[in-house]
Amino acid sequence: MINDIIISAKGLTKKFNDFIAVDHISFDVYKGEIFGFLGANGAGKTTAIRMLCGLSLPSAGKASVAGFDVYKQTENIKKTIGYMSQKFSLYEDLTVKENIRFYGGIYGKSNQFIKEKTGWLLQRLHLENEADKLVGSLPLGWKQKLAFSVAVFHEPRIVFLDEPTGGVDPVTRREFWNLIYEAAESGITIFITTHYMDEAEYCNRVSIMVDGRIDALDSPAALKQQYAVDSMDKVFLHLARTAQRVDS
Amino acid sequence: MNQFFSFVKKEFFHIWRDKRTMFILLGMPVIQIIIFGFALTNEVKNAEIAVLDQSHDAASSLLVNEIKASRYFTIAALLHNPDEIKTTLQENKAKIILVIPSSYGNDLKHLNAAQVQLIADASDPNTATTLINYASAIIQDYQQRINTNIQIPFAIHTQVRMLYNPQQKGAYSFVPGVMAMVLMLVCSMMTAITIVREKETGTMEVMLVSPVRPMKIIIAKAVPYLLLSFINIASILLLSVYVLGVPINGSLVLLLAESILFTITCLSFGLLISSITDSQQTAMFISLTGMFLPTAMLSGFMFPIENMPLALRMLSNVVPSRWFYEIVRSVMIKGSGFEDVWMQTMILLGMTLLLIILAVKKFKIRLE
Amino acid sequence: MRTLKFLLQKEFKQVFRDKSILRMIFIMPVMQLIILPWAADYEIKNINLVVVDHDQSSYARQLVSKITASGYFRLDKYTTSYKDAMKEIEDDHADIILEIPVSFENNLAKTSSANLFMAANAINGVKAGLGTSYLQSIIRDFNNDIRMQWIQQPRFDEAANIDIRYSNWFNPQMDYKSFMVPGILAILVTMVGSFLAAMNIVREKEIGTIEQINVTPIKKYHFILGKLIPFWILGLVILSIGFLIAFLGYGILPAGSFFAIYVFAATYLLAVLGLGLLISTYSSTQQQAMLVSFFMMMIFVLLSGLYTPIDSMPEWAQWITKFNPVTYFIEVMRMVVLKGSSLSDIRYNLFIILAFAVVLNTWAVFSYRKRS
Repeated sequence: MINDIIISAKGLTKKFNDFIAVDHISFDVYKGEIFGFLGANGAGKTTAIRMLCGLSLPSAGKASVAGFDVYKQTENIKKTIGYMSQKFSLYEDLTVKENIRFYGGIYGKSNQFIKEKTGWLLQRLHLENEADKLVGSLPLGWKQKLAFSVAVFHEPRIVFLDEPTGGVDPVTRREFWNLIYEAAESGITIFITTHYMDEAEYCNRVSIMVDGRIDALDSPAALKQQYAVDSMDKVFLHLARTAQRVDS
Repeated sequence: MNQFFSFVKKEFFHIWRDKRTMFILLGMPVIQIIIFGFALTNEVKNAEIAVLDQSHDAASSLLVNEIKASRYFTIAALLHNPDEIKTTLQENKAKIILVIPSSYGNDLKHLNAAQVQLIADASDPNTATTLINYASAIIQDYQQRINTNIQIPFAIHTQVRMLYNPQQKGAYSFVPGVMAMVLMLVCSMMTAITIVREKETGTMEVMLVSPVRPMKIIIAKAVPYLLLSFINIASILLLSVYVLGVPINGSLVLLLAESILFTITCLSFGLLISSITDSQQTAMFISLTGMFLPTAMLSGFMFPIENMPLALRMLSNVVPSRWFYEIVRSVMIKGSGFEDVWMQTMILLGMTLLLIILAVKKFKIRLE
Repeated sequence: MRTLKFLLQKEFKQVFRDKSILRMIFIMPVMQLIILPWAADYEIKNINLVVVDHDQSSYARQLVSKITASGYFRLDKYTTSYKDAMKEIEDDHADIILEIPVSFENNLAKTSSANLFMAANAINGVKAGLGTSYLQSIIRDFNNDIRMQWIQQPRFDEAANIDIRYSNWFNPQMDYKSFMVPGILAILVTMVGSFLAAMNIVREKEIGTIEQINVTPIKKYHFILGKLIPFWILGLVILSIGFLIAFLGYGILPAGSFFAIYVFAATYLLAVLGLGLLISTYSSTQQQAMLVSFFMMMIFVLLSGLYTPIDSMPEWAQWITKFNPVTYFIEVMRMVVLKGSSLSDIRYNLFIILAFAVVLNTWAVFSYRKRS
């Protein structure tokens, strides 16, 4: 299982006029792993994710997701992935149940599947009493857990999480990571960006982006050893200090 | 004061960056003036008329030629039987039909009296009335020319004079109206929406915790729109004088002063809306129904107030643009001085003060 | 098809939960239909007349009472001073001055010819024009009456006389409201179709949910249909509510068939929805979308023939009206509602609107992008 490559990027690049947001990045993500995609604000993480999800056309380079090409087969990619953006993206004016049903429906799941899995999911998230409340009325932490559950509801092979835990309290973050582990155990590959270095420790492997390039890529333990420090925090600071780009 | 200017500068950047919005805000009055000035008129010319000539003789073709020669009508169709009348009108091929009965030529020759019929499409009543008047006038002219050598006894001659606006240009009544509408749009609606937008996105909170006094922030947001309005007033006046040929008969200073007063009225209304709403859509809805529609419908500029039923006439009294419209119309077209419009000015001033007081009061409550 | 079902369910739920949209959808038409026809009454009546009577003869009094009996005029003041009369005009109390000169009656009786003067406040050109022409036709009638009194009408009149009869078809009461209401209905449908649809899509852009939709395997046309169908239905609902109000409030029932109207309206809505979609793909904030729609609506409404006849417009403006979908709908509404035109009478308009629908939607679909 370790050597099954599910995401592969070679020299992937995105330019906005003169500005090179993502500068020839190359990496492989293996099936079933939790891959941490780190970097300072403005390092180019979101742009890279958008290219992999088929939201943005690369300027150069090659990449494939689940064996599908990001240039030509974006519709196939979309069928196999889940996505949760840093902007909260459930409909606040729909209820919890309606949101689940809607996203299940547009991924083509059967009514029976949606019904059964919704029941299970609400129970798992302890949201049975909130099922018919508008999402807009829930606290942020609950919304984020719900958004994640919706992103993996259709049982994708890969899920992209773009700063999913921003602004969430430590207890909820822990619960959130439990959900991620569960998903990973069920065989879903997790591709996650985060600013919390304690979260980076939870990943199987991490890459660190600086100024649009990937400057380091290995398991957290190996990276700490390489830079002779005792925490991911220090690894990150060491690399980020070299950044030229001003925080946008 | 420096802080204040840095806020004003920031607002200018916001507006300046959005080229499309700028274009629309500055282009709106220009396009309105052009449309109202040149395109919207009730003047009749080249109206489509169909003729059903059942007489088919020299006399009837003389009459048809009269109609043809007039610049008011163009002959759209020559009908051959009465059944065609209805379909011609239903397919909108003509707006009025002249029916010359088969006995026309004969009657005119032998009895010296004949009949013709005009059938108008009265689905548009005013156009129908006007067209019938014009067609009748042409026929009567023709009749008088046949009778040149006979003196008609007991004739009353009427002479008509059109005061203030001898060419009956529509421009005279709408230039003041366009001013009111544009000021309303820029000052009330745009100001309200930008402020509410900052509330929605949360940037308002950031500014409210800064050491600048809240009222200053709000005023700073309004200043760019105030300046935009002045540019708009200037462009409207320049266009109306130099393009439409509408004169400014009264004092320019008085006109500008009144415009500034009304700008402030609009601004305070915008501020009031922004302090009682939380979403852009609601703000938009309130400005549309509360300000824009009443300005268009009840200020007297598109539709005469005296024609309205009592309830609407009463309602029009609380619409600020109604008073502004009256003031501008008097000062600009009739050349009235302040002594003629002081009452309207006082009403407008009172409304403005009331709006400002309400806006400030609501604003304070929200901050506590 | 299933995807579409889910999209539609979502849209309908959202529309019915959104108070501000609901208000726009239901309060606006009611308000406009209740207020606008009363306000937009161009029917000229109650023209305020001030009479300056220097003659004070019995003819003068007869003339004045004939004028006031016509129903178009209201006697504001009866005076002997022209200065007083001008004051009435300046203060906006009167619209027209009728001046009867000294020895009007005498001249008429002795020299067989007399003069009358009128002066109208022409700031409102329409009112002045129609008012003076009403007044002239009343005077003409009066003149005929007098002639009748004085001449023993001979069997054979020396002067040729063409008698003009006229009739007003389709709206014999000359009710201005019957003319305005169908037009206003057309405007309402247009606003729901373009305005609301545009705002709705831009709103998803602003709050970011459109990103989430874009990473799903939804087909472009599914998403677009999911947005268009609810507003298409809403447009038809508004039209029906409008007809109900028109019937209850003004007693207006289409002379032609509802079938013809709805066939046209259904096609028309496709065209304006395409327009709304187009606006939304080119705007990134609701404020922009609103301003652009507002700007376009203004031009569309003014140059649609709603208030002033298109024939009277200069050529360049007539060209614009040809590219304005609202023109065709207003024309059709008036044709079918007032004149009872049939589907075949409006076929020309129907084809043009169909062409609009095809062009606008194709353009909109091509410019809507799921990726940047």
